[in-house]
Amino acid sequence: MSFPWANHYAPKHPLMRWLDEKLPLPRLVYNAVGAGYPVPRNLNYMWNFGVLAGAALVIQIITGIVMAMHYAANAGVAFDSIEHTMRDVNAGWAMRYAHANGASMFFIVVYLHIFRGLYYGSYKAPREMVWLLGVVIFLLMMATAFMGYVLPWGQMSFWGAQVITGFFSAIPVIGEPIREWLLGGFAPDNAALNRFFSLHYLLPFVIAGVIVLHIWALHIPGSSNPTGVEVKGPQDTVPFHPYYTAKDGFGLGVFLIVFSLLMFFAPNALGHPDNYIPANPLSTPAHIVPEWYFWPFYAILRAFTFNFLWIPAKLWGVLAMFGAIALLFFLPWIDRSPVRSARYRPMYKWFFWVLVLDVFILGLCGMKPPEGIWVLLGQLAAIYYFAHFLVILPIVSAIERPLPLPMSITESVLGEEPATSGQPA
Amino acid sequence: MTTLEQTETTGEGHEVRRRDFINIAAVSFAGVGAVAVVLPLINQMNPSADVRALASIEVDISKIAPGQAIKTLWRKQPVFIRNLTPKEIAEAEAVPLSELRDPETLEQRTTAGKKNWLITLGVCTHLGCVPLGAGEGENRGPFGGYFCPCHGSAYDTAARIRKGPAPKNLQVPEHSFKSDTVVQIG
Repeated sequence: MSFPWANHYAPKHPLMRWLDEKLPLPRLVYNAVGAGYPVPRNLNYMWNFGVLAGAALVIQIITGIVMAMHYAANAGVAFDSIEHTMRDVNAGWAMRYAHANGASMFFIVVYLHIFRGLYYGSYKAPREMVWLLGVVIFLLMMATAFMGYVLPWGQMSFWGAQVITGFFSAIPVIGEPIREWLLGGFAPDNAALNRFFSLHYLLPFVIAGVIVLHIWALHIPGSSNPTGVEVKGPQDTVPFHPYYTAKDGFGLGVFLIVFSLLMFFAPNALGHPDNYIPANPLSTPAHIVPEWYFWPFYAILRAFTFNFLWIPAKLWGVLAMFGAIALLFFLPWIDRSPVRSARYRPMYKWFFWVLVLDVFILGLCGMKPPEGIWVLLGQLAAIYYFAHFLVILPIVSAIERPLPLPMSITESVLGEEPATSGQPA
Repeated sequence: MTTLEQTETTGEGHEVRRRDFINIAAVSFAGVGAVAVVLPLINQMNPSADVRALASIEVDISKIAPGQAIKTLWRKQPVFIRNLTPKEIAEAEAVPLSELRDPETLEQRTTAGKKNWLITLGVCTHLGCVPLGAGEGENRGPFGGYFCPCHGSAYDTAARIRKGPAPKNLQVPEHSFKSDTVVQIG
């Protein structure tokens, strides 16, 4: 599971030795995120975001459990119970704003984590399983976030539930029965609200479980690094503790400052005012958009405004949206280049940044009402998104001439004369 | 962990190193931050503003004839308001304090000049059941006050514990008379 030169757990205190024989939990922690896990010495701050995503999940679970103490999952009183939390519960406003903005912070760090992986080729062998499990976590996060957004039972909640469950009605023949089964009715109502609450409480713990697998899979080959060159010897690594606990601790501090600024000074900046209106099945808000973290996918959903081949536009949109994520599962096999890091891939580096820009454009199109220029722009951006993975990446990995790679991590850190000053572990 | 600091600790070995200071300062600061986060997380479980807003009620007692009692609800708990007869007052005052498990006079348990108005929680001090005796025809127990059916605690006409497992007299909530016919509890 780790490099042969990893520090060995050797408890000194008799109590810890006793515990180690019975339940080697401290040993597990020591080997996972302690001094027993050797990590490449050259990780930059982009490697903070995995830990930050974990911290964000913990914040969501803690504040979520608090929210559930005051929430009533009943269509008649759900909205009032949220207002009760905001107005009457001690620090209830802080709990709810922390939970709502915590979701945004979670997605911010996860998107940075994903794009870190794309830039530095972290998804490539031998870390494909880490990437696959990461995409699973991302899907679970999206489901959890969506169902959480329904719970306040405001206008955006209700119509979000209506639209998202409407995806399923695009499936021919069995679509409508599936939708009715999911909702427990013909439209979102009490049955749907209750099951969304139940699943919204469950899924974060499923996410936590998949995170354990994600980290387990990661620790078999060990962490990647900005050069993409594999660890060659003890001089290439430092123990996770104290080196990266300190670095992650600093990153966590910055994360919490940004989180606090958002939560205390602009708690509703990322929300929609319409969600402070109780759900009304007779009136759709004039401009209905999902939360910001769904905008790029929402733009892809809306890109199909026409029937194509025998398939209606509605089904195309849903297929494209799910396809945009499903595509990520195949990424380790689409990108055939043996070089991981974009540092040494002059062509890929450019296309990476174009993809970032493309996703931002998709996000913008997802936010704007589907009118005028935004429709065409969204369609072009959606085409480019698929082209990046299905056309550009295979071609680039075939024709690109990578820059010369450093001989080792240590050489890339210290220059041409390596080896003399390896860190004593 | 110490190797990087060797240059700064030249001279005596026990000098406080810069790294030690930073370490302690950072961990202390994080500790203060953690406490600041934990406090509201604990406080959110305390009674919320809407619950606290129900903390006092006003009750009209004009319809309670001597010898009668009513039950009302205060902070989601039953409250007995009893209009004692002169006989019941006399019985309560005849008991020597030395005989009582929780010695209190009727004066101490009622408002001055309103000795006939006995206001207590209807919560047995043993394990929280509602004693009988406030309703018409209910068993008032051997001492003519209240009788708890759960474990047999008997209270006298001043709602003081006389027999059975309960340790204390029925609790007298904070109350004041707004007028001759209206009492505020809480």
